[in-house]
Order: sequence, then structure tokens, then C-alpha cells
Amino acid sequence: MFKKRVAIQDFAAESRLFNQRAVFAILFVVLMFSIIVFNQYQLQVVSYQDYQTRSEGNRIKVVPLAPNRGLIYDRSGILLAENRPVFSLELVPEQIKDMTATLAELAALIEFSAEQQDAFLKQVRAQRRFNSITLKEQLNDQEVAILAANQHRFPGVTVEARLSRHYPFGDLFTHALGYIGKINTRELQQLELDGEAANYAASRDIGKIGLERFYQRELHGTMGYQEVEVNNRGRLIRVLRSVPAVSGQNIHLGLDVGLQLTAQQILKQHRGAIVAIDPRDGAVLAFYSNPSYDANLFVHGISSANYNELLNSRDRPLINRVTQGVYPPASTIKPHLALLGLETRTITTSTKIWDPGYYTLPNSDHRFRDHIRWGHGWVDIYTAITKSCDTFFYDMGIKLGIDRISEYMSKMGFGEKTGIDILEESSANMPSRGWKRARHNQPWYPGDTVPLSIGQSYWTTTPLQLAVATTPLLNRGKLVTPHMVTAFSNGETTAANNLPPRQVLEVENEQNYAVVMDTMHQTVSILGGTAHRAFIGAQYSSAGKTGTAQLAAIAQDAKYDADAIDERLRDNAMYLGYAPHDKPTILVVVALENAGGGGSTAAPLARQLMDYYFTAGVNRDE
Amino acid sequence: MNDDFTGNARHSRLAQFHIDTPLLLGLLALIGFGLMVLYSASGQSIVMMERQMIRLGIALAVMVAFAQIKPQTLKRWSFPLFLVGVALLVAVMLVGSVGKGAQRWLDLGFMMFQPSEVMKLAVPMAVAWFISSHSLPPRIWHLLGGALLCVVPTLLIAQQPDLGTSILIATAGVFVLFLSGMSWRLIAVVAGLISAFLPILWLFLMREYQRQRVLTFLNPESDPLGSGYHIIQSKIAIGSGGFDGKGWLHGTQSQLEFLPERHTDFIFAVLSEEFGMLGVLILLAIYLFIIVRCMIISSRAQDNYSKLVAGSFTLTFFVYVFVNIGMVSGLLPVVGVPLPLVSFGGTSMVTLMAAFGVIMSVGTHKRMLAAP
Repeated sequence: MFKKRVAIQDFAAESRLFNQRAVFAILFVVLMFSIIVFNQYQLQVVSYQDYQTRSEGNRIKVVPLAPNRGLIYDRSGILLAENRPVFSLELVPEQIKDMTATLAELAALIEFSAEQQDAFLKQVRAQRRFNSITLKEQLNDQEVAILAANQHRFPGVTVEARLSRHYPFGDLFTHALGYIGKINTRELQQLELDGEAANYAASRDIGKIGLERFYQRELHGTMGYQEVEVNNRGRLIRVLRSVPAVSGQNIHLGLDVGLQLTAQQILKQHRGAIVAIDPRDGAVLAFYSNPSYDANLFVHGISSANYNELLNSRDRPLINRVTQGVYPPASTIKPHLALLGLETRTITTSTKIWDPGYYTLPNSDHRFRDHIRWGHGWVDIYTAITKSCDTFFYDMGIKLGIDRISEYMSKMGFGEKTGIDILEESSANMPSRGWKRARHNQPWYPGDTVPLSIGQSYWTTTPLQLAVATTPLLNRGKLVTPHMVTAFSNGETTAANNLPPRQVLEVENEQNYAVVMDTMHQTVSILGGTAHRAFIGAQYSSAGKTGTAQLAAIAQDAKYDADAIDERLRDNAMYLGYAPHDKPTILVVVALENAGGGGSTAAPLARQLMDYYFTAGVNRDE
Repeated sequence: MNDDFTGNARHSRLAQFHIDTPLLLGLLALIGFGLMVLYSASGQSIVMMERQMIRLGIALAVMVAFAQIKPQTLKRWSFPLFLVGVALLVAVMLVGSVGKGAQRWLDLGFMMFQPSEVMKLAVPMAVAWFISSHSLPPRIWHLLGGALLCVVPTLLIAQQPDLGTSILIATAGVFVLFLSGMSWRLIAVVAGLISAFLPILWLFLMREYQRQRVLTFLNPESDPLGSGYHIIQSKIAIGSGGFDGKGWLHGTQSQLEFLPERHTDFIFAVLSEEFGMLGVLILLAIYLFIIVRCMIISSRAQDNYSKLVAGSFTLTFFVYVFVNIGMVSGLLPVVGVPLPLVSFGGTSMVTLMAAFGVIMSVGTHKRMLAAP
């Protein structure tokens, strides 16, 4: 301290001191630069991969491309479901300065409802600002033109073209094809569970019911994508890579437009269903449920007014009567029971019983009535089927017993889902002891077996099930799996949808099948057969069985009077028929609700359908 | 010490104009590299390049002009300049223009003027003037006097608010004290006091946005789209550059505009992305060359005032470099400091070149002095 008080500056010492500090400063600078270099090394060399990935993530966006949905054709190649370009008005909120003003100006150009505007504004609030949001769908050509002409006035407003499903036949195929609609949350969850969600990144729609739903996977196709370079505002700079989407497979149906139109035409007056299948392989030829509705209503989201009308209609158009209409089969199942009777030797072709017009169980005076009050007299299996004698079957049914009936009929397919390629199907009911115990907690009484023997009481089927359960009669015990889709194609290759029939019955005696088919042929061919009148003059030989299902309980000794009871409690008319009678290629079931007698109302409709089938040569090649 | 690197400008023709050739070459190398990066960072904007080149021209002219002034003249004017600067700061406080929430500018009618730029030069000069009027190392009273010269302008600038500049100016003054030989023990005490001051700074002096910057620095991922966006995108740009870079004009982070402020404060990220670690090493080598050359000039200066001023300017220059690179690469919080002579920008570049002019003056004006 003392030394530093000298007045004269020690230049050498000062210079040394400064140089020390300067060297120290340089060392410090080098140290600091080393820290920078070390940090750069960490960022640019050690973590290079990580930052490289994040940089790519910044710049590269993957834009999914929706595949085109597969088309649906009828058996002769007529388009039943197609993809049409539709135009929708879309707005990107981020690019619109004044939403209220823009909407007001748009409203001056084209019409949109307050409901549409509210839905739009709700979406604007819910979604990110740079997402494109639809204001109005299905613009017509004029609206598209107006908007195109005024495009410059509306930044952020675009007309988007998209392919949308269209069903050119409207209501004709609705219950078969079903329809598509926007994917909902539940469906999205299911897609995620199935590991399919990634493939739907660009898809808006999904099959809701019918074939559209059943074959969703095949029809949908595989998503493609584009890798695009974007800037910080998400604007596309260029396309780096493009993987095109693979369109869904086209599906080809066994359904025939002409046959379907005929079915629609002849069902016009009735609530009911017509189904026609090829009994050899189960291909569905006609599939119509009346009343129907236009599937196109659902594609863009049905309005609540339209939906309520469909939902609340007394005629219940939304029910698919072919597969969900659950009806007592009535006398149409007599041939099936006859086969069981013959195969179990409960009856033979020479068995005859006396029909006084009713049947009573031993030790009981309850009369189970025949539909002919005065009885058929002596009846064998031929008469019992051609004239539909109830007493014969009451008697046989009691002899067979519920267990054998239930087991055998189940084998033929009664009470089981047929496995057709739509999911909206009821299994209806083939009752058994176990079923009654479970359902009603009651034992099975012989009195339950009696009406069961003529296809009433607890026994129900769907029209399709009745048709399918008849195939073992015609195929020597082989049951078909009904299917509407006969082939898949992708533009290059075609793959048949083969579902070979299954042997479900053990054949005791081949001859029994011929007998049963013979009785059904006679129902049509001989005078007095219940379906004879309906088929007079037909150019082909057919076979069939009528059925009339009683819905209102008729008191003992009372007389059924159709005019006296409520229309909706009148009898259901059923007809089960096939042709040609020896080598059938078409099997038809007609079920009409509250229409009266099967022979008088249902059989003529089946005739008309078969007439068309043979004149038009549907299925001729097969 | 007489090799080419240390440079003996006496024989150079440029020496007649008081230009230090090695330093000029270093600066020109830096400017050339900087323009190349700026061309890419500006999105190949010719307009921006022109403006930058005009500024650089002005700045170089200012440098040459300052190089002509003798160190003795500068020393004489140091304190008056400081007083003028303080007066201007007071004027800014009273009548200055407000821009971006801060009152930093003085509207001179024909141009906007930022008095704090003057103080970047005036504060170290005044402190050096004060310290060098006594023998070195300075006594505690001299140090306190020098510190007072730092504190007044620092507080005036801090309240504008311009915390970054005020800290840099204080640092420049403190560098003078450090180079003058302030004892290590005292340095330790001051460092301790500063540490104790930090909580007060945080609680009472820093504005909300400044605190936010520090918080963001500590954890940028906490707000990736908000205040953390800058630093995250910057680190992605740097990291994805790798060792040899994506190539000039091919940096996706910068060319596709993911990187904010890419032509100004964050231009180092553009350089890192396009030229990789190699480019960074070259840049740092140029900076180091300039700094070392300036320190050599300082140590050769023949009076204490010149040594202290030149040394302080040099270290301040280093601080700019380090703070900018540190903030862009995530080592330091984001403060608005440009990368010297590379970032697009005006006033600070002129001030910086004026400082280099002073250093050149120190290096080329020799006063014959007999060593004792």
C-alpha cells in the first residue's frame, strides 16, 4: 500500500498490470467461446438427429388422401351406388376478417337456412381457425356459378368439390344397400379399436347399415397421402411425395334391377316383404321391404323433420321386413315338418287320418280348429299339404313331440340368423322346452305343440329365414348361406364370393325329399291346391306352399270375419314358392302384413315375380 | 511480437489514414460473411441488402472518421461527452418518443436518435478518463468514482426501459475498472453484491415481459407456441444444421419462416442452420481474431486512457457476440442484442464501428514517450 502512494506513475508496472488483465480477458474470451463451441457441438452433432427430425416435422406435413369408395352393381352391371361430385361452400375463419359481414354478403347471393348458419358458427367456435368449415352442402350448379363469379370478393370462402355417395334408384334398394353417413364418435372409437382409424384420416363417411356397412372395409379402400412442404403459416410450398389412395373394391350383387322393380311394383298395396334367392347357392335375387325410403336422404345428414317422419310412421319404413320382419310362418312350414315326419317314420306316404274339422288332445275337450270348419275327411300327406290340412299336422306334431321338431327345424335354419351379408337381421324364434322355461318360466305343454305344428304361436321366422330354411328340402339336406354380393372387383380382377352350401340334415331316405317336393308341386299344379289358382297359365312349372297367419285370437266356435276386425289384426298372408319345380333356380318368399289369405293375396305376387324372372331370363346362365 | 499477425501498421499505406490493416481485414471478413448470411436470412431481399450495405458504408465512414481523432483529443472530450449524454438521457425521459412500449428515442426532426447509443461510447470513455488521471491500480475512491459514472446512465437507461443496453453499458464501465487493475478481492466483493442485488432486480426493477423472458429461457418448452416459440425454433434451426449445414439458401427453418426475427437478432441460427458447425467455427474464429487483435492494440497503447478505452470496447464487443449467440443457442435468456456486424440493423452498427474507429486511432496515433 505504501509503495502505491508514490506520485510518479510507474509506467512499466502499469503496463504489466494491464497486460496481465488483458491476457486474463483473452483467456476468458477463449473460455466463453469454448462454451459456445461445446454447446454448438451438443446441438449440431450430438442432438443432430433429434433436431433434424423436429425440423422435418416443422416443414413436412402429411396430407391424407381419401380413397374413392367402391361402386355397387346389380347382377347385369347396372350401377346401384355411385360417387358423384358434390359442391359445398366452405369458409376458413382465419382468412375472414369480418365473419358477420361475410355471412350477410353470402346470404345475399345464395340461400342458406338459419339452422345451417347456426351449425356453421358452432363449428367455427369448436374448430381451429385455419380449418375449413362447411356452411352449405350440395350446392346446385347455379349456386356454384354465382360463387365462382364472386370469388374475388370473398377471401377465405371456397367451393369445395368432393365425391359423394349417390343411390340412383332412390328407395328401391335401400334395405339391401343401406347407406353411408358421417363417421360418428362411436364409430370412430370402434375404428380405433380395430386399428383401422389411421386408414380413415381423410374419410368423412362410413357405411351405416345394409351392405354399405357390412362391406365397409372392402368398399372403403386404402388411404393415400401426400407429403407436402409447408411454411410457418401452413401454406403449401410443394409436394414432396405422393402415394395415391387405393379405391375400394366394387361389389357385384345377385340382385336384379328388373326383379327388384317388379317386387316394388307388386308390393305397392301392402306392408310386407319379398325375397327371392337362388336355392342352389344362396345368391339373393330380389330383396324388397315395403314401405321403403330414399337412402339419399341420409347421405348428407337427414333433416330432423324427415327423420321423425320416417321414425314415427305407423308403417315403420325403417324396419327391414326381409330380415327383421318377424312373422309366424303359418302353414308354409308344413313341408318342413312333413320331411321330419317321413324321415322319422312318424308318417309314411300311406298314412291317413280323419279330419273332422278340429283336433283334440286326449283327455281334453279343447278343439284346435282346422281352417276348414267342416274338415277335410280322410287326409294323407299329399292332401294335407296341397289343401293345407291343419288337423293332419296337429296330429303329426303331437306324435313328433316338441323336442324332435325343435331340434330338426333348428338344423334347417329356423330360429337362427341366416348369416346374410347385412347385419340388420333378427334370428326370430324356434321355440323349445328350454326356451319356454327360460323365457316364460313354464314347462312345455302338449297344447303348445299343437299350434306350433301349423307354424303358429311361439314359432316365428323372417321372410329370408323361411326362404333359406327351405333350401335343405330342395338340396337334399344342404343349407345355403344367403348373400347379396356375388363378386368383388377392383377394375382388374374379379373374385367370386363363393359360399358353398352346408350339409345340415342326415338323409335317411332320399325319396322323402322327392315326396315333399312333390307335395309342394301339387299345391300349385292340381286343381284344389291352395296355390293352384294363382299359377294358372304360368309358362313354367312351380311348387309352393301358402300360409295364413292368424294374428287375432278367435274364440272357440266363433267365426273369423276379416271385415269385422281391425285392419292391423287381420291375417298375414305368406307364400313360399320355387321354380322350376324339379330343378329350382328361384325360391321366393312373400310375406304380407294384414293382407288376408296366403293363397289368394301372397301367391299371385310370387307368380308375378316368377313370371318376370322367367320372361326376362334373369339368372339364365346359371 | 512483430510477426504478420500482430501487424506492424506503420509501414502500411493504410496507416497514413490511421487504419489498422489486420483489424480492417478481420472486420471486412466478418462483414462479407454477414452479408452472405443476411442475403439468405432476408429471403434474398435485394432491398434489405441495399439498406444494409448503405448502413455498413456509413458505419465504415464513421469508423475511419473516428480513427482520425487523436486519443488525447478523445480523452479531453470524454467527460463533456458523458455530460451531454446524460443530459440527452434526461431529455429522452422527459420528451422522448415511445416505441414498442419503451421510451428510448429522441425525435430530432430529421431523424430518430437513441442517446443510449452515445453512452455506449461515452461511459467507458469517461470512466477511463477518470481512472487514468490517477496512477494504476486505482484506489477504492477512484473505483467508487468510476462506478458512480456507470451507475447514473445505467439507471437512466434501465428505466426507459432498456435493461439489455443498460447492463451492457454498465459492463463496459466495469471492464475499464477491471482492466485498470482493480484488485481481485474487490472484484469478488462486487460479484457478491451483484448476486445479492439480483433478487431485488427480479422483484422491483424488471418488468413483467422481462421476467417472462427469463422464465421462458429457463423452460422454453413450457410455452412452445408463445414466448418459448423463438428459442425452440432457433434451437431446431441450429441443431438441424448439423456439422456441415443444409447449404446456403437451403435452411428450411429460415427459408420457410419458422424462425422468427431471422434477419435481425436470430441471424446466428440461420448461419448455424445453413453453414453448420463449420460455419459457426469460422464465425467464432473471425470474432476471436478481431478481439485478439484489438487487445494487442490496447496493450501496445502508450497511455492508460487509450489502453482502458480500447480494451473496454473490445470486451464489450465480445459481450455482444457472446450474449447474442448465447441467447440464440439457448445458453442465455432472450435479450434484444444483435449479432455485431451480421444482424440487420442501424444505430448500434454505427456505434460499434465508431468504437473500432477509436481502437484504430489508439493503434495508429503514436505519441513518443520516454519509458522511465
